[in-house]
Amino acid sequence: MWARAVKLGLRSWVGWRRGFTSKVDPQRSGRVTAEVIEHMERLALVDFGSQEAVARLEKAIAFADRLRAVDTDGVEPMESVLEDRCLYLRSDNVVEGNCAEELLQNAHRVVEEYFVAPPGNISLPKQDEQEPFSHI
Amino acid sequence: MAALMLRWSCLGKRWVLACIDGGSRHGRGAAIGLTSRRKRGQSSVAQQPLIAVQKSRKGEHEWAAVVGLEIHAQISSNSKLFSGSQVHFAAPPNSLVSFFDASLPGTLPVLNRRCVEAAVMTGLALNCRINKKSLFDRKHYFYADLPAGYQITQQRLPIAVNGSLAYSVSVGKKPSQVSTRTVRIKQIQLEQDSGKSLHDEPRSQTLIDLNRAGVGLLEVVLEPDMSCGEEAASAVRELQLILQALGTSQANMAEGQLRVDANISVHHPGEPLGVRTEVKNLNSARFLAKAIDFEIKRQIHELENGRKILNETRSFDDKLGCTMPMRDKEGKQDYRFMPEPNLPPLLLYDTASLPPGADPQQVINIDWIRERLPELPGKTREKLIQQYGMLPEHSFTLLNEVGLLEFFQNVIKETRAEPKKVTSWVLNIFLGFLKQQNLAVNESPVTPSALAELLNLLDRKAISSSAARQVFEELWQSKGKTPSQIVSEKKLELMQDQEALERVCHTVMEGHPQVGVEGRRKAMHFSAC
Repeated sequence: MWARAVKLGLRSWVGWRRGFTSKVDPQRSGRVTAEVIEHMERLALVDFGSQEAVARLEKAIAFADRLRAVDTDGVEPMESVLEDRCLYLRSDNVVEGNCAEELLQNAHRVVEEYFVAPPGNISLPKQDEQEPFSHI
Repeated sequence: MAALMLRWSCLGKRWVLACIDGGSRHGRGAAIGLTSRRKRGQSSVAQQPLIAVQKSRKGEHEWAAVVGLEIHAQISSNSKLFSGSQVHFAAPPNSLVSFFDASLPGTLPVLNRRCVEAAVMTGLALNCRINKKSLFDRKHYFYADLPAGYQITQQRLPIAVNGSLAYSVSVGKKPSQVSTRTVRIKQIQLEQDSGKSLHDEPRSQTLIDLNRAGVGLLEVVLEPDMSCGEEAASAVRELQLILQALGTSQANMAEGQLRVDANISVHHPGEPLGVRTEVKNLNSARFLAKAIDFEIKRQIHELENGRKILNETRSFDDKLGCTMPMRDKEGKQDYRFMPEPNLPPLLLYDTASLPPGADPQQVINIDWIRERLPELPGKTREKLIQQYGMLPEHSFTLLNEVGLLEFFQNVIKETRAEPKKVTSWVLNIFLGFLKQQNLAVNESPVTPSALAELLNLLDRKAISSSAARQVFEELWQSKGKTPSQIVSEKKLELMQDQEALERVCHTVMEGHPQVGVEGRRKAMHFSAC
């Protein structure tokens, strides 16, 4: 389930980055290097638990790459599937809020109506410190 | 080295290392060599005087500093940018937070019309081109005060681009020596604010308050056209005045409504730009200038000692007066920008392109907004100069001090005295007293009516100048008394009775027979005045 979500998310990300420096060299067989995996895990906190997941990612990228075969010269890129819709403008009135108690119920720890978080970002451990994933 | 003081002169775009011998009062002797060289290559604009050059430096190292600013101004609106929760400064923690602000699943952003209008107004006031189509993007990074894990901003196509901001800096010791500079505005974009983190070091935790999360911000990006702290501070001050005049933001730095990040680098003129550092956590105009100047000095010092500048983020420690690297930033951030999938493009119209029969609530007409722009500070100053004949630097002072313009205008309304007199009294005496006791205009014990009355007395020559000052001092100390009361209590009225005056003079002259003819003539002249 999460793999599909990752694929969809990554496809939009990959599609967006198509015009810029791609970390996947199209000349090569579309392999995604361990360095890229580590970088993405750190940025997006997704867990590529196995080599199979990486393979699936590579297939997804190859699938999206097929878009390059289409000649898009002179065609304006689409912003989103909503681009023809009207952006609704809300009038500046206060209609929400005042539900601190409800929101704080979701929190693991609470101190006097504040959410509690660790003192800073906890970085993902470096790759050599991580559990090496099972190679299939 | 202890006896030597390093002094930096900001000459437009040039930074020159100059040393004066702190111990000697005649340090200018060594300036001759450099000053003459300075005059040769100089522009016609009056520049800050150079002091001296330390002889042990090899050659002259001319450094140019390049300063760019990113200014975040909180939009003055009732509700947040994408949700209907309230925008308010002080409120119980997490009480002004909607489900969307807390990033609960199933919530969607809904754009606030007022925020768009505020952005358009600001863009027009800063001479920008308003993009009729602008787009929203997601900027991803992890931090506890950003519950969604991304911030909705406008990176690809912001709402306004390519503007300019004119500001004024002093270029000499005299207040009249001011020069107008312009800084280009790269873009203005709408974005969300994050929540607030309160760091609790002893308990190793951070407390998060999301009241501020989702509040609309205008990010104004200034191109690196500035070269020192003073220029940056003046530009920010002018932007503050503009935002306040427009009503788009209260731009109060102390309350966090205006936050400035500076990008600073140094290089030798003619060579490519150096590595830049970003200085964050600048929340007062005073610290802004100090931090930028310190960072410029630090970079020059590092480079002159053969070290390299790291492209890092630093914060300013106002107690120590220096910038320090920020802990949490690890290398270059990859924000993974992507289009915001839940928001279609923002379309703006002008009178020509307005679709017929459109719901006025759902469309924004740029021309309509342009016609209704309030008067900008530049225009207000012009009017003051024309209407009251005051000098440009006076108009700057009147606008720069919070509440002073209103005070001045109230005095003008109630007094018959000449505007120049009023200007002089307000800017010299009144402001002087305020500054001495570190008071704001709204804390002044003297009301505009009181000053107006005092100036009326002075105008019809009921009291003398020096008496007026005495009365003013009295007014400052004792509340509730009117100038007329003080004048009669202290018997400060000028004697109007000609005969009585003559009698006084005669008495004086008789009491001093040794005073010659000259003295008598002067006494009679005095009584006739």
